[in-house]
Amino acid sequence: MAMSGMRGLSVFISDIRNCQNKEQERLRVDKELGNIRTRFKNEKALTPYEKKKYVWKMLYIYMLGYDVDFGHMEAVSLISAPKYPEKQVGYIVTSSLLNENHDFLRLAINTVRNDIIGRNETYQCLALTMVGNIGGREFAESLAPDVQKLLISSSCRPLVRKKAALCLLRLYRKNPDVVNVDGWADRMAQLLDERDLGVLTSSMSLLVALVSNNHEAYWSCLPKCIKILERLARNLDIPQEYTYYGIPSPWLQVKTMRALQYFPTIEDPNARRSLFEVLQRILMGTDVVKNVNKNNASHAVLFEALALVMHLDAEKEMMSQCVALLGKFIAVREPNIRYLGLENMTRMLMVTDIQDIIKRHQAQIITSLKDPDISIRRRALDLLYGMCDVSNAKDIVEELLQYLSTAEFAMREELSLKAAILAEKFAPDLSWYVDVILQLIDKAGDFVSDDIWFRVVQFVTNNEDLQPYAAAKAREYLDKPAIHETMVKVSAYILGEFGHLLARRPGCSPKEIFGIIHEKLPTVSTSTISILLSTYAKILMHSQPPDPELQNQIWTIFKKYESSIEVEIQQRAVEYFALSRKGAALMDILAEMPKFPERQSALIKKAEDTEVDTAEQSAIKLRAQQLSQTSNALVVTEQSHANGIPPGGQLSLVKMPSISSNVDDTSAGERLSQENGTLSKVDSQPPSADLLGDLLGPLAIEGPPVIHTRSSSNSGLEGTVVEATAIVPAGEQTNSVQPIGNIAERFHALCVKDSGVLYEDPYIQIGIKAEWRAHLGHLVLFLGNKNTSPLVSVQALILPPTHLKMELSLVPETIPPRAQVQCPLEVINLHPSRDVAVLDFSYMFGNDRVNVKLRLPAVLNKFLQPISVTAEEFFPQWRSLPGPPLKLQEVVRGVRPLPLPEMANLFNSYHLTVSPGLDPNPNNLVASTTFYSESTRAMLCLIRVETDPADRTQLRMTVASGDPTLTFELKEFIKDQLVSIPTPIAIRPTQLAPASPVAQPSSAPASLTDPGAMLAALL
Amino acid sequence: MIRFILLQNRQGKTRLAKYYVPLEDSEKHKVEYEVHRLVVNRDPKYTNFVEFRTHKIIYRRYAGLFFSLCVDITDNELAYLECIHLFVEILDHFFSNVCELDLVFNFHKVYLILDEFILAGELQETSKKAIIERMGELEKLE
Repeated sequence: MAMSGMRGLSVFISDIRNCQNKEQERLRVDKELGNIRTRFKNEKALTPYEKKKYVWKMLYIYMLGYDVDFGHMEAVSLISAPKYPEKQVGYIVTSSLLNENHDFLRLAINTVRNDIIGRNETYQCLALTMVGNIGGREFAESLAPDVQKLLISSSCRPLVRKKAALCLLRLYRKNPDVVNVDGWADRMAQLLDERDLGVLTSSMSLLVALVSNNHEAYWSCLPKCIKILERLARNLDIPQEYTYYGIPSPWLQVKTMRALQYFPTIEDPNARRSLFEVLQRILMGTDVVKNVNKNNASHAVLFEALALVMHLDAEKEMMSQCVALLGKFIAVREPNIRYLGLENMTRMLMVTDIQDIIKRHQAQIITSLKDPDISIRRRALDLLYGMCDVSNAKDIVEELLQYLSTAEFAMREELSLKAAILAEKFAPDLSWYVDVILQLIDKAGDFVSDDIWFRVVQFVTNNEDLQPYAAAKAREYLDKPAIHETMVKVSAYILGEFGHLLARRPGCSPKEIFGIIHEKLPTVSTSTISILLSTYAKILMHSQPPDPELQNQIWTIFKKYESSIEVEIQQRAVEYFALSRKGAALMDILAEMPKFPERQSALIKKAEDTEVDTAEQSAIKLRAQQLSQTSNALVVTEQSHANGIPPGGQLSLVKMPSISSNVDDTSAGERLSQENGTLSKVDSQPPSADLLGDLLGPLAIEGPPVIHTRSSSNSGLEGTVVEATAIVPAGEQTNSVQPIGNIAERFHALCVKDSGVLYEDPYIQIGIKAEWRAHLGHLVLFLGNKNTSPLVSVQALILPPTHLKMELSLVPETIPPRAQVQCPLEVINLHPSRDVAVLDFSYMFGNDRVNVKLRLPAVLNKFLQPISVTAEEFFPQWRSLPGPPLKLQEVVRGVRPLPLPEMANLFNSYHLTVSPGLDPNPNNLVASTTFYSESTRAMLCLIRVETDPADRTQLRMTVASGDPTLTFELKEFIKDQLVSIPTPIAIRPTQLAPASPVAQPSSAPASLTDPGAMLAALL
Repeated sequence: MIRFILLQNRQGKTRLAKYYVPLEDSEKHKVEYEVHRLVVNRDPKYTNFVEFRTHKIIYRRYAGLFFSLCVDITDNELAYLECIHLFVEILDHFFSNVCELDLVFNFHKVYLILDEFILAGELQETSKKAIIERMGELEKLE
C-alpha cells in the first residue's frame, strides 16, 4: 500500500477507513479536530513538520465533508514560511479551504507578490498557481503587471511562463481592465510564436478569453493561429510527448479553432485558403477507429472543425459535407457521438439554406427523442425545437405531445413549454393550436404555466372564427371525469365568453353549461372560483330571455360568496349580484372582452431570455447577434420562422402576467380584463434614439424611406417624438407603429447582400431575396404577418426611378394570421443611374393605417459584375479613354479614413474588383468591373484611387468607361460609399438637383432627380 | 472553462475536489452530493455527458471511481473527456498502477499533480513526460 510519507497522516487516514459507521467516523474526526485545535493554540511549540501534518489532516477532514472552521489563519501563515515544504502546504491548503471572498486571503497578497517577483522559481510557481486558482479582483489589481512580466520574460523557464499565462487569464476574468489592450496585443501575437507547446496551450486559452471580448484588438493573432493549426494538423515538428494516441495535441487544436471562431471573418484569401485546406483535411481524414481514446480525441478535433466551418460560412460544398457527416453521426449507436451529432446539428440550424437538408433527418432525430439516456433526449428535443417550422410543426408537436405522457418529470416542464411555443409560432391553422394547448393542459396540467393558458385565451378572443370551435372543445373536455384545474380555468373562461355560440347544440344550453362547470367548483382553489363567478355572470347575461330557474341558482351562489373571506371572491360575488339585477344594463357591462393588443408572447420571450453562464461568451451567440444586427439572414420563406424575432423585436409594451406573480392577489381573469383596457397605452412607446437618428438622417437626403410617428396620442410619453415629427410636412400620413431595427441600416446591408429583412414592425416583417443577372433582377418580397389576426387593406406600390422598369406581381389585400405571402418583382435596368426605387407599403391594423416608404436595394452596384483584369488589359483600355466625359477625375474630401486593405474590401463588396499590385504605387488602388444596362449593354469600367498616406480623409479618384453617364454615375456612387456622412452637398454636387430634402415619394417618380438633366448641366 | 473537478467513489466519498469558482462550503457539499447522484445511476451505455444546472458534467468511471468535470455548456465535450483520461494516465504513471487507495493515502500528491495539469480551470500542460519530470523535481525539494 502506498504511504503518504507522513506517518501521523497515514495513521489518521487508516483510522478513518477502519471506522465501522458514520458515527464512529464523526467521533474520530472530532477527536482529531480537538487535537489540532489545542496544538494550534500553542503555535510556538509546533515544529514546521507538525504544522504541515496538521494542515494536511485538516484538508483531509474537509474533503470528507466536515466543516473546518478554524485553522484558516494557520494555513495562510504557512505561505510565508521560509522553507519550501511548509510553504507548499500553505499554498495548496489555502487554495482548497478558502475562496476569493475570504478576508484572510487579503492578508497574503504581499507575501504572494514577493514570491512572484522574487528569484526563486519554485516559489513563483506556487504563488502563480494559487492566484490562478483562487485569486480575486484585489489580486488582479495588484498583481497583473508582475504576472505579465513573467509571461513574456525570456529568462523564465516555460514552466513558469505557462503558469503565468493562465494566472493572467484568471486575473483578466476577474477584471478585464488589468490587461491593457494597446500594449498587450503585440505581446500576445509574439507569444503565439512560442515553440514550447505547454506555454502555447496556456497562452491559447488566454487568447480565447481576450478575443471573445475584443477581437478587433487581436487581429494580428489571426494568421498565427492558422499557422499553429497547420503545424498541428500536419504534425510538423510536434514532439512525441505532445501527441495523444498519435494525434498532435488535440486540446491545442481545439483551443486554436475556438479562438478562430471569435474573429468575424477571415479576409485574407491566402489565409482563408490554407485554413480551409486544414479543415478539409480534418473533415475528410477523421475515421472511426477501435481505440476509444483515439476516437474521442480525433472527434473532439472534428467537432470543433465543424463549428469553425459553420462559422466561416464556407462554400456550399463544404457545408453539405458537414451536414452529411452530422447525418451519419446522429444515426450511430455510440452515444457520445450521437449526442454531439444532435448538438452540432442544432448549431448548424444557424446556417442559411441548411434547414431543408436537416429536415430530411427528422425521423432519425425523433428516434433519439425516445432514447433511454436523458442527455440524448434533451439534445433531440432541442434540435426538433430548432428545426420546427410551418411545414413540419404538426408532426413535431404531435411527437412532443406523445412523448409528454411518458417523459420523466425533469423534462415535462421544458417539453410543454417548447410544445406550446412551437404550436403558437407555426400553427398552420388556429384550431390546431387550440387543440394542442388543450391537449397539453390535459396531459401535463401541472407543468403548464399560466402564461400558456392566458395566451390561448388571447388567441381565441382575437379571432372570431375560432370562438365556436374553442367553445365546443372546452365543452368536450368538461365531460371528462377528472380534469386538471387549469383546464377548468380555461374552459370556464372560454365558455363564459363564447358558450352562447353553441346554444343550439345538444348539451350546450346555458343551463347545461352552467351545470357542468358548477360541478367542478367544490374541487377548485380560490383563484379558480373567481373565474367561475365571472363565467356565471356571463352565462346569466347571455341567457335571454332570462331563465328564472337558472337566475335563482346563480343568485344563490353569488349570495353565498358575499361572505367569503377571500376579498377577491367576495367583491366579485357582491358586484355580479348587484349588476345582474340591472336587467338590460347588464349587457353593456358584461359584454364580450375587446380584442387584446398584439404583443410578443411571454412564452417566446421567456425562451429567448434564458441565459447561460459561461466563462467566455459563446461564439455562436456572438454570431447570432452579429447576424441579427446586420439582418442578413433569417428571413426568407421558412427561415423567417427560424427561431424568432431578432432581439430588436422584443416588445416591452405590456407586462405579461408571469407565473411567479401571486395569482391570489388579483385573479387571472381580472388581470386579463385590465390588460384589455390598456390598449391606448400600448402603441405609445417612445422611439429609441436609434429611430430618431433614422428619422433625421436619411430624411434630409432622400426623404422617403422613413416612418413617421404619430404625435397626437399620449403626449406625455411621446415628447421626443413630437420634436422629430416637426420636420414632417403637415398632412403627412403618420403611423402609430414603430419599426423594429434601423431601416437605413437594413437597407445598407441589403445593398451588399441579396437576402435579408427590409423592414419589420410589431405586425409585419418584409423580407427580400434577390437574384441578379446582367441588367435583369428577380426579387421576391416576403410579406409576413406576425400576428394572430389578419392584416387587411394591404397595398404595395413601387415608385421606380426613370432608369428602372419594375413590375410587381399582385399583392393580396389581406394577409392571413401568421402567414407569409411572396410577391415577385421583376427589374430591368435601362440606363446607368444612382437613383433608388421606393416601395410604398401600407396596411390597416385595427383602426390604424400604417404606411411606410422603403428604399429598395435595386441599386447601381447590383448591375455590376466583378471582373479582374491584367496589367496588359488594363493600361491600353485606360489610355484609350482620353478624358472627360468618358474619364472623370475628382479630388474627394471628407473621406471616412480607411486602411487600404479595408477600402479594397469595401470595393470588392460592391463588385468592383480590386487588382492588387497593378498600380506600382502601394498607396493607390485600381479596380475594374462590368456594368450592365439595356442602353449600355455590358460595359467595362475602370477605377483608380490615389490615396494620401499623410491624410486619409482625402483621395483622388478617376473613373473611366465607354459611356459618359455611366462614368459620372459610377464615380458619384463610389464617392457616396467613401465619404463618411453623406450630406446633401456631397451627394448632389450641382445645385441643379431639386433641392427637396423632404421630397415625398408619394409625389411619384417624376419629382425624383433626373440624372440626365443633371448630367447635361454638369458636362 | 472547468468549474470544478470531483473524484468520487461509488459510495459518494470525495477523494479529490478542486473548485475554480468561488463556492461556499455548504454549496460545495450540495454540489458533491448532487453530482454523485447524477452520475452514479447512469447506465454505462449512456453518454459521458449530463446537464447539471446551467452547466454540464463530463464524467468517466474507472473501476469504482468517478472523475467528473463541470464545464461550460459551450465547451468541447470530447476534449474534456480525454482530458480526464490523460489525468488518469498521469496518475497511473506516477503511482505505477494506480488504485483508489493510492489516491486516498496520497491525496496531497494528487493535488500537486492536478496543479501541474490544470490551472485557472484550463489545461496547462498536456505532456505526461513534462508533468512526471516536474513531480520528480518537486519530490527532491521536500
